[in-house]
Amino acid sequence: MFYREAGQFKSTYAADMAVFPIRQDRIGLAIILLIAFIGIPLIGNDFFITSVMIPFLVFSLAAIGLNILTGYTGLISLGTAAFMGVGAYACYKLTTAFPGVNIIVLILVSGLFSAAIGVLFGLPSLRIKGFYLAVATLAAQFFLQWAFVRVPWLFNYNASGAIEVPQRLLFGIPVTGASASPETRYFVCLCLVIVMTWFASNLVHGKIGRSWMAVRDMDIAAELMGIKLLNAKLLAFAVSSFYAGVAGAMMIFLWYGGGEAADVFNIRLSFNILFMVIIGGLGSLIGSFFGAAFIASLPTIMKFGLPALGVPMSGATAEHVTFMLVGALIIIFLIVEPHGLARLWQIGKQKLRTWPFPY
Amino acid sequence: MNAEPMNVSGSPLRDEGEVLLAVQNVSLRFGGVKAITDVSFDIRKGEVRAIIGPNGAGKTSMLNCINGFYQPQEGQISFKGQRRDRMKPHRAAAAGIARTFQNVALFKGMSTLDNIMTGRTLKMKRGFFWQALRHGPAMTEEIEHRRVVEDIIDFLQIEHIRKLPVGKLPYGLQKRVELGRALAMEPELLLLDEPMAGMNLEEKEDMCRFILDVNQQFGTTIALIEHDMGVVMDLSDRVVVLEYGRKIADGTPSEVKADQKVIDAYLGVAH
Repeated sequence: MFYREAGQFKSTYAADMAVFPIRQDRIGLAIILLIAFIGIPLIGNDFFITSVMIPFLVFSLAAIGLNILTGYTGLISLGTAAFMGVGAYACYKLTTAFPGVNIIVLILVSGLFSAAIGVLFGLPSLRIKGFYLAVATLAAQFFLQWAFVRVPWLFNYNASGAIEVPQRLLFGIPVTGASASPETRYFVCLCLVIVMTWFASNLVHGKIGRSWMAVRDMDIAAELMGIKLLNAKLLAFAVSSFYAGVAGAMMIFLWYGGGEAADVFNIRLSFNILFMVIIGGLGSLIGSFFGAAFIASLPTIMKFGLPALGVPMSGATAEHVTFMLVGALIIIFLIVEPHGLARLWQIGKQKLRTWPFPY
Repeated sequence: MNAEPMNVSGSPLRDEGEVLLAVQNVSLRFGGVKAITDVSFDIRKGEVRAIIGPNGAGKTSMLNCINGFYQPQEGQISFKGQRRDRMKPHRAAAAGIARTFQNVALFKGMSTLDNIMTGRTLKMKRGFFWQALRHGPAMTEEIEHRRVVEDIIDFLQIEHIRKLPVGKLPYGLQKRVELGRALAMEPELLLLDEPMAGMNLEEKEDMCRFILDVNQQFGTTIALIEHDMGVVMDLSDRVVVLEYGRKIADGTPSEVKADQKVIDAYLGVAH
């Protein structure tokens, strides 16, 4: 009843091509942004912000990256974690070499390194696709993970073999390092994610997004439209790895605050991000957020939420129960809605539009 | 799109027209299988040229050679007087050859509008950074091309399915969207591979009308493969007949219809 587009006429193509053509959607987005910028820092405690919100934002960005590659261009990758790792190590090397440069700039620049590595490992994609390409990207995962441990130059010859995040300031406020407050790190993550989501949305709604989807849906016909397959696929690999690289740098610098990076960027993380994309919805940006919330935040919320609700459970039991519940939910979702949470969201919106009538 | 007036389809006056595409002594083999053997014909500017023949005659292989999916081992193909070697499909597209497929090859996950917009890809010049901003020049360009695409949508009378994903459309409409996508490229030569396969009479009549309109209003040269002889005889200016990869006849519909070899190929001969 409240979600109707009746009476909202569009008289220009620009208005018709807007990403959110319905007024209620724009209001909804504004409310979500208000909550993210004002509500959560006011209400959420440090624990909620560091263990739920920051991971959610970091994984959302990584999932958007993989979604561009797998959901929009149809190329399966199992090397996302490795590309994230490239971003993290590049950022570490960069901030060591140029301590004076703004850390936000360095996080973004480290994405470029990841993009270059992504293009390199994306080269086989012209010849192979499907499972075989997945195996080829798996090689990237193993090789890069090996390099993170075996090439001491990457972690500045530390005895511990870990990335030690130095303190860096933004407008005089510490953003990274031990003294950075969770709220500051959250705001930085939030701004980066919003800006990069906007760019991703622009790309997928324009010419480039259409050529990616054309390659995904029917590569022969795409070639006939004048799309060069190798260029389109490599661009997808580059953009996707750029997003993964920035997410990786954010993960170490703004969330973990250092640590055994080689252990973090393992194959499990790659699979987790692939699950986020599949459960959230292939070829949907909002789906990436849903998927990240589902896979990354749900376990934490359940682990700490169940005892808080008065369900008596020890920490270890809670962890096991969480594993089982999340696993079961994944299977249920894939059976009920194979197109992911994004499709459920669309169906829900369609129902709202006609409510209270069935159609 | 230039709407230069063309003479009425079916008139035999086009014999003098300029040659747009010339196929000379083309042979194509897959290992030991000869798909096309020593075929030569030409397509003149502004005509509707039909390629017919029994199943497996090499018609689709011929189209695939023309737009660069296959490389013929012998012979040459020249387009607009220029000989092409090692043609690639995206270069054929840039040269002005568009095509539809026998079994619809639409981008199933995209809307009708996006499918036809994809046909404009080559005409859109703005690079990555403007695309990432989707404001200013990129948006102006997008709107400009949207306008052209809306004209095509009007022309094909598919306004009502503009925003629907094409995967769910009925077959006849899918064929029409595919024609629209090819038209969006503003081709000089349009290759249609069985545009009327699997359609009912009414849909066939609609499609015939669109093909003639495209030919006459936009002056697009058309080469089509079709099995419905009534359609072929009505639509085309000249017909080339293939059998087992060889050309057995070439001429106006009435000449071809009277050709003994063609009759034998379609009806069979007593040995």
